[in-house]
Amino acid sequence: MNSVIIIGAGGAGLVAALSAHESGAKVTVITKEYPTRSQTSMAQGGINAVLSDEGGDSVEIHIQNTLKSANGLANETAVNYMCKEAPAAVKWLNSIGVPFSRTKESKIAQRKLGGAYAPRACYAQDYTGLKILHTLYDRSLEAGIEILNERCLLEFITNKDNNGKSYVCGVSVLNKRSGEVEIFEANSVIVATGGYSRVYHDYSTNSVSTTGDGVAAAYLAGARLSDMEFIQFHPTALKNSSILISESARGAGGHLLNSKGERFVNELLPRDEVARAIDDEIAKGYDVFLDIRHLGAEFIENELPQEAKLAKLYENIDPSVELIPIKPAAHYTMGGIEVDEYSSSSISGLFAVGECANHRVHGANRLGGNSLLELVVFGRQAGENAARYANSFDEKVDLSEQKKSFEDKIAKIKEFSSEINFYEKQKELGRLFYKNLGIKREKSTLQALLNEVKEIKNALPKMGVSDKTKEYNTNLVEFLEFKNILELSELILISAISREESRGAHFRVDFPFLDDEKFKAHTIIDRDGAVSYED
Amino acid sequence: MKINIKRDSIVCYEVNLENKTLLEILNDIKTTQDASLAYSSGCRSGVCGSCAVKVNSKEVLACSYHVQDGDLVEPLNNTPVIRDLVVDMDKAYSFNAKAKAWQSSIVNNVFLSDEDEKINEVQSDCILCGSCYSACPVYAVNKEFLGPFSLTRVWRYVSDRRELNKKEKIDTIQTNGVWDCTLCNACTLVCPQGISSKADIEKLRARSVMFGYMDPNFASFGFGGGFDGSPVF
Repeated sequence: MNSVIIIGAGGAGLVAALSAHESGAKVTVITKEYPTRSQTSMAQGGINAVLSDEGGDSVEIHIQNTLKSANGLANETAVNYMCKEAPAAVKWLNSIGVPFSRTKESKIAQRKLGGAYAPRACYAQDYTGLKILHTLYDRSLEAGIEILNERCLLEFITNKDNNGKSYVCGVSVLNKRSGEVEIFEANSVIVATGGYSRVYHDYSTNSVSTTGDGVAAAYLAGARLSDMEFIQFHPTALKNSSILISESARGAGGHLLNSKGERFVNELLPRDEVARAIDDEIAKGYDVFLDIRHLGAEFIENELPQEAKLAKLYENIDPSVELIPIKPAAHYTMGGIEVDEYSSSSISGLFAVGECANHRVHGANRLGGNSLLELVVFGRQAGENAARYANSFDEKVDLSEQKKSFEDKIAKIKEFSSEINFYEKQKELGRLFYKNLGIKREKSTLQALLNEVKEIKNALPKMGVSDKTKEYNTNLVEFLEFKNILELSELILISAISREESRGAHFRVDFPFLDDEKFKAHTIIDRDGAVSYED
Repeated sequence: MKINIKRDSIVCYEVNLENKTLLEILNDIKTTQDASLAYSSGCRSGVCGSCAVKVNSKEVLACSYHVQDGDLVEPLNNTPVIRDLVVDMDKAYSFNAKAKAWQSSIVNNVFLSDEDEKINEVQSDCILCGSCYSACPVYAVNKEFLGPFSLTRVWRYVSDRRELNKKEKIDTIQTNGVWDCTLCNACTLVCPQGISSKADIEKLRARSVMFGYMDPNFASFGFGGGFDGSPVF
């Protein structure tokens, strides 16, 4: 059987599923929610692709902009590949029915995002991710791809070949509805579970599900992770709720103002620089606002309908006549599962794509509009490669004995005393992460935070779940997610402490300068938690 | 403030929060009072479609509704309740496949204008929250009705110039489809995205007539009803 299992049904997972299916694999997609509920639905700004040389743009400039924003940490070959494939990626999305906005000249409309030389992000109002995701979902139904909803990833099951190298042979999941552990055998597995920004809890723009499940499980299975400390803070999240206001608001000419009504930064610099400038203003005691009043009610209604709705709902303001109060919030995790040029992790047969993977295209700071691009370009490639690998895979591993051990682990968690409310710890951890591992970082506070994380980890047996129900136990699911968050928290901290320089989204107050000699390299974390650097 | 939540029975919770969304209140109850409460959520910003519930009998997104004292929160209708406010959407979503709500082929050489794109811009805003599905009265009599969101999705593709086999799309929605709708407009009233499935179904009906289909409610009576064309029930 040439079976490929894909964990995660957001944009990356569905593109990979379609691609593996086209390559002849038997594909099963497993998601902890339903496909259209994924994080991808929240992507607003657009997908970068140079579709013509109008305005002087070129693929070469797209590559240069991406590399510049990455602050020396991107892999040029990977960036070249992504940017060159970008026009074909958008063309493919268009061919399956994505309703991109159009210009008066009947072309796919494009807008300028931060760090870009020209209007390059193809968009569908501010619903770009939503419309891409739903069209991919419809396409997956057309292809008859099997999608299993409401199952949480527990672990990747691995075995060792004759040379002692690990290979993946299946996955274990918790069926949320039945409460049963299920084991799926697979020749290859694609991880497409999204990022880990919810480490920052209330200080993240992300969906509550973005808890890095696949990254944590890959690490525990022995896969290498990389660049975990590079976490992008989006400059404009709503002040009270951390809900995202798209960069397209600034791309269209929106201004950032402090309490004195002064502009203080070029709004179209890359996100790391804008976020730092905002952080500086807040440190001075100012509030910071996004001002789009001058764009006019009609423009806001046509191009930024979602922003207007969210500002009304969460801040009770009308952005066509009022200032929008904002703060930076954790938005995207550049690091993740280390993959090679075939999207393969360090475990044979375990592929990764999308935000959970590190294809080394974003480096120290991602450009807006490159994440939707990444998931299409590498999703297609990962699907093909996983299908090819699955076809050549001939090991037969008996997993029938595995179920019991996973059931025992769940049973053990249910026996935890729950004398400490883990939700409180999670909230507190998010606050501390924002404060000490946010836009600015420093050794002593990072070290203190690492100790705190270790203490929380040790106290897990005193936490656990108060709800012992078997069916649809979201208390249990959220505890499993919290465990993943804790696992990754430690790795992010170790990486951030070790990198004694400032680069892109990683800004060390105690080492405020770039140190190319020591650190123009990717941070690698091995299974034993050891940090090393690789070009 | 008191909030009533339909679980096995109706449970009343007391919360000290004002001016909060229902989702924020549910999170507060879950994390500080009663960890066993089950509900779904995701983006907190009205695009992932996870958190639709009924409040005082009307479908809303929990993340987009501000709670009032004494509100009654219930799970969606027409779907099996798994636990508390969580419903099983598998069957509801299966109607997208039954209705073949996709573009029938990969199309590279059709260019859309600004106006072309505007035709189904609102329909493609759908977040599949299931509010319309819950509000639809047809399910009381026909469990196999393709339903409002699936039919809106079909209209999205039929109205797109990239759909090259419109006839097949229309053929697929004749049984348990466009003619089973009562045009009551309940779906329109609850859609958080301002979509009117009722209006989309009317457009699909008009398209069906163009392809030679008749309203079976008339057809079954032959020339029945008054000569003015009014149906007989």
